[in-house]
Amino acid sequence: VNHIVHNGGLYKRPFNEAFEETPMLVAVLTYVGYGVLTLFGYLRDFMRQWKIEKCQNATEREEQKDFVPLYQDFENFYNRNLYMRIRDSWNRPICSVPGAKVDMMERVSHDYNWTFTYTGRVIKDIINMGSYNYLGFAQKAGTCQEAAAKVLSQYGAGVCSTRQEMGNLDKHEELEKLVARFLGVESAMAYGMGFATNSMNIPALVGKGCLILSDELNHASLVLGARLSGATIRIFKHNNMQSLEKLLKDAIVHGQPRTRRPWKKILILVEGIYSMEGSIVRLPEVIALKKKYKSYLYLDEAHSIGALGPSGRGVVEYFGLSPEDVDVMMGTFTKSFGAAGGYIGGKKELIDYLRTYSHSAVYATSLSPPVVEQIITSMKCIMGEDGTTVGKARVQQLAENTRYFRRRLKEMGFIIYGNEDSPVVPLMLYMPAKIGAFGREMLKRNIGVVVVGFPATPIIESRARFCLSAAHTKEMLDTALKEINEVGDLLQLKYSRHRLVPLLDRPFDETTYEETED
Amino acid sequence: MDIKSMKNYLYWLYCQFELITCSYLMEPWEKLLFYTFNITMLVTVLYTAYIFVPVHVSTAFQFFVHLFGNQHENTVSIVK
Repeated sequence: VNHIVHNGGLYKRPFNEAFEETPMLVAVLTYVGYGVLTLFGYLRDFMRQWKIEKCQNATEREEQKDFVPLYQDFENFYNRNLYMRIRDSWNRPICSVPGAKVDMMERVSHDYNWTFTYTGRVIKDIINMGSYNYLGFAQKAGTCQEAAAKVLSQYGAGVCSTRQEMGNLDKHEELEKLVARFLGVESAMAYGMGFATNSMNIPALVGKGCLILSDELNHASLVLGARLSGATIRIFKHNNMQSLEKLLKDAIVHGQPRTRRPWKKILILVEGIYSMEGSIVRLPEVIALKKKYKSYLYLDEAHSIGALGPSGRGVVEYFGLSPEDVDVMMGTFTKSFGAAGGYIGGKKELIDYLRTYSHSAVYATSLSPPVVEQIITSMKCIMGEDGTTVGKARVQQLAENTRYFRRRLKEMGFIIYGNEDSPVVPLMLYMPAKIGAFGREMLKRNIGVVVVGFPATPIIESRARFCLSAAHTKEMLDTALKEINEVGDLLQLKYSRHRLVPLLDRPFDETTYEETED
Repeated sequence: MDIKSMKNYLYWLYCQFELITCSYLMEPWEKLLFYTFNITMLVTVLYTAYIFVPVHVSTAFQFFVHLFGNQHENTVSIVK
């Protein structure tokens, strides 16, 4: 466990982040497993080529066989031979609201995952550990749903226009004022799709002659937006402030590559919580660097808004910083608010500029009215403006669930990545067969988990990612933990070599501090 | 009871082998191919060991005995 000892008093609370190293034997065995699968992949490809076996994947037509081959690169090889074998753990069809428990349609495959058929049975009440439902607002009954239904009967579902033409409803104006108040910024703008918020607005903010410093593990939307903008992109190591400072120094000292002119703008792209690692950005240090080298900061709070901070205002509140220090605060409504869409918040001049120049504002349809009402109601609930303490209770419940779940998993001996306070919990699996086995075994025990492999993660570091929710009660978590323990013993997933001393009689509070023994 | 727990343990070991070598994911004919290859290699290695290892061990043993035996005679003559 790495403790950052309050460098210069930047951190007001301990920052506990740990990425335990892969054990050597596990890495070797993972490569062995991938080696065997690769050999069998070559054998199957050979058989498909020579028509010994029926080819069920996409191939080029006969007339195109002499052109540049389309399906011979590693990604397609991996897809045909490795992904297809474990494909039944993904794209599972659910048929109820994705709350703490979810219903799923059962499906079987008779030709090893090439095609699926539904048996007709619905598996009920599966504990949902995969949905981004951090505050539990994915509900089909309650104040949010009633308000959304009322707005649906008033405005209908479609908007049929872009924001700049006829799609600017009074609901959108109300939402934007509320979001600005929630974040503590001057002004905000909301868009219909979270991915599009990043990919369409970064090109509007930076262009050629600007420099983008982007974290190694940034989301695809940030990478796409950075590439579309045409600016120069430099990558710094994940959450590594020395790497970022070195890049900033080089940028200021050397300027643009050939002409040595100073960069027009330097934009640092970071995320609040990285969803594959469960790590939280070192925001106090990033802001200190940003101020020292006079660059701009773009913070993507997709997973951290609503999930961190004593009142759910995100990673800025979690560290006790001022929202004015972050130039562009971006986030999504998909995760904690149970709706869809994204927003950008910042100074009034910035948002007025984006209203005119953002591609999303000009070309994309604006948010649908019932979705807007869901966001408004859930945000008011979190802020406490609806007159109840439900919002505050949910934020606290999420924090308690996070700490309890992470501590119990670490005590059991699994390797868990990420920060102690992040509600995204990646549990390392490493071997390819265990990816499929874990997904299937957990479904047999009525728990739905998301397993992730290549290409979303490095090839040997496949993991199962749990997303905790305020809607999970302690009983649900205990059931889930019992099953994870069982499956961990069955599949031998307890790789960790650090053993946490279980807390016996110390009361559970914020200053509780575990000791590790190797 | 002991036989049952022993059988369970062996089955669990077999499951671990299946998971590590990814034969858990293979279709039955692929598993047959893979196990046939593995068992053939294992039998070949064991048979080769059975034939050659005693000969090699006894040759090595005689070599070392000869080496230390000469030394022993030399020291005896000097002391005398």
